[in-house]
Amino acid sequence: MPFLEAVRLALQTIRVQKLKSFFTLTGVMIGVMFLIAVVSIVEGMADYVENDFAASIIGTNTFYVARYPNFQDVSDEEWRRLQRRPRLFAPAADVVRGALPTGTYRTAMVNESFLPATVPGLRPRSVQAVATEASYFEIKDYEITQGRAFNAQEVALGARVVVVGSEVATYYYAGLDPIGRELRIGGVPYTIIGVIAAQGSVFGFSLDRLAVAPVTAPLSRVIRPRGDLGQIVVQAPTREAILDGQEMVRGALRAFYGLGPGDEDDFSLSSSDAALSFFDELKGKLVLFGTALPAIGLVVGALVIMNIMLVAVAERTREIGIRKALGARRRDIIAQFLVEASTLSILGAMIGAGMGIGLAKLIAAVTPLPASVAPWSLVAALVVGAGVGITAGIYPASRAARLDPITALRQE
Amino acid sequence: MSTTAERQAVTGAAGAAPDRDWVIVTRGIKREYDMGGEIIRALRGVDIAVKRNEYVAIMGPSGSGKSTLMNIVGCLDTPNAGEYWLNGQLVSAMQDDALARVRNKEIGFVFQTFNLLPRATALANVELPLVYAGVPAAERKRRATEALEKVQLGQRMHHKPNELSGGQRQRVAIARALVNDPSILLADEPTGNLDSQTSEEIMRVFEHLASTGQTVIMVTHEPDIAAHARRIVVLRDGTIASDETQPQFVARLGIHAPQL
Ligand SMILES: Nc1ncnc2c1ncn2[C@@H]1O[C@H](COP(=O)(O)OP(=O)(O)OP(=O)(O)O)[C@@H](O)[C@H]1O
Ligand SMILES: [Mg+2]
Repeated sequence: MPFLEAVRLALQTIRVQKLKSFFTLTGVMIGVMFLIAVVSIVEGMADYVENDFAASIIGTNTFYVARYPNFQDVSDEEWRRLQRRPRLFAPAADVVRGALPTGTYRTAMVNESFLPATVPGLRPRSVQAVATEASYFEIKDYEITQGRAFNAQEVALGARVVVVGSEVATYYYAGLDPIGRELRIGGVPYTIIGVIAAQGSVFGFSLDRLAVAPVTAPLSRVIRPRGDLGQIVVQAPTREAILDGQEMVRGALRAFYGLGPGDEDDFSLSSSDAALSFFDELKGKLVLFGTALPAIGLVVGALVIMNIMLVAVAERTREIGIRKALGARRRDIIAQFLVEASTLSILGAMIGAGMGIGLAKLIAAVTPLPASVAPWSLVAALVVGAGVGITAGIYPASRAARLDPITALRQE
Repeated sequence: MSTTAERQAVTGAAGAAPDRDWVIVTRGIKREYDMGGEIIRALRGVDIAVKRNEYVAIMGPSGSGKSTLMNIVGCLDTPNAGEYWLNGQLVSAMQDDALARVRNKEIGFVFQTFNLLPRATALANVELPLVYAGVPAAERKRRATEALEKVQLGQRMHHKPNELSGGQRQRVAIARALVNDPSILLADEPTGNLDSQTSEEIMRVFEHLASTGQTVIMVTHEPDIAAHARRIVVLRDGTIASDETQPQFVARLGIHAPQL
């Protein structure tokens, strides 16, 4: 029997046995749909972490000099040891700056914290207050849409100026030009001199509720009452140059703190790589979890399809007997059932893929979760879906094909 | 028609391929069913030989092994012992795929219960053997139409079995059995589910086929139906009890010979 004949026959059966076909189709469809939706969301989150999150929050090609490490699990004992480290002060920042070749590396002292910002007559709101140097705008690659960033002179003078995120501008001065207006942060009045272009949000956390002031402004004292530094951010010219930069900084700081060759570092250098590897690990878990669930769904779907096929074979044993009596070979019967099963499951997988993409987009639209449909997940879902159908079809089909014509014909 | 002596000669020559005149030769065919320890001997060594163009009826009491023999002759079942030669080929030694080919090309089988595909039209049912023979669609349709016209069903081609009368269904089954030009037409009680008038009608179809040279073996319970055949074989307890010509049979039973 030619292949086309098997396809024609299968399509005919699918048309005639609508209910059975519907269940097979739905089983594969739902499995594939969830597989794609979940993988898309996990991938979307991963993309976000790698591109937007790393760039927006951590900064591109940056590392931090701080008293404590970032993004790390620390035992109580270790924590007590870390607390014996000296605090970081402005002179350390000079050492860091001096250790690096000028022009290629950028540095900025950073103190940041969430603080209430107020304007008389409006409810106070918490903003991410950052006290830093002028270079911070370059490191973060902030685009200024209105006004300007503050400059090195203003930092030197400790001017009470502030550059705000777009959400801060629209919250306090909706419909007005915010430039030149006042914003009180931590009780101290600042003059708004610029607005940063909207950055969007990460996992529902807005990057635009931001207020950046000179590190020398009173804000620093509000954030760190002891007058020490939160961290020094260093931007390397390339990703590869991060390690070199870290080594230069480490050497200079060890000399600065007078550490001997056997002593441990008195400070921490953490790069965005550390954060990224933390998120890689998280992503691994998410993918595993996110794939395990739909995979279980698919396996259940496969069992359902197999069961349906077995019932179909039992119901159709007489038909198989008739066909064999008229000259159908074992492989003709297998081909018929196989094409039937795979047509249904490929169709189901394709519809499921479409619905999975739709579901991912829908979730991305109505929740803060991002979604990105990875081509590999589409291919995988289609292969898995079709594979499930074919596997589920093979067993009952080969069982049916082995029957003696007369045995099959006697079946009622 | 073959003579008793010829038949004895060919069935006695164990292991030798019969010459081309013989469509069917069986030698010592046995078929046993194991019913949970109890062995049922449905056929206890059947020697039968049928020449080309013969029209044979098989009779016998219920349970004598008529259907079992027909199923083996039709390659729907395999014997436990004995040789079965069909058209000079040793069918009893064949594997699955070869048997499928023999069923497709050499055998036309008509069942008591019609065994049509319920969801397919008369035309599609008749096309089935051609599908498995690998005949292209257009030719398939032409030949199936022709076969249906031969049994006066040209007007009912696109009807499904449940839209046809019993006699019409059986005629579809006959058309299907003949569409691939088989060497032998086998029928197991083809009129068993039909009223007497329709039975006569179907018998006339077989009659006509036999008269145009088609080799036919038919199982029946009724002597007057058997009397249509030229040769009547009677089975009893899984063995051949008698093998007579139609006049001998009619004389022995004292029934009216039908008009041939
Ligand atoms: N599948 C089977 N399993 C067990 N025994 C069987 C089977 N088929 C037939 N038999 C037995 O074999 C014997 C012959 O049966 P068969 O169907 O050939 O008889 P028959 O001559 O066709 O009878 P009928 O005139 O009633 O159709 C019977 O005793 C029957 O019970
Ligand atoms: Mg019978």
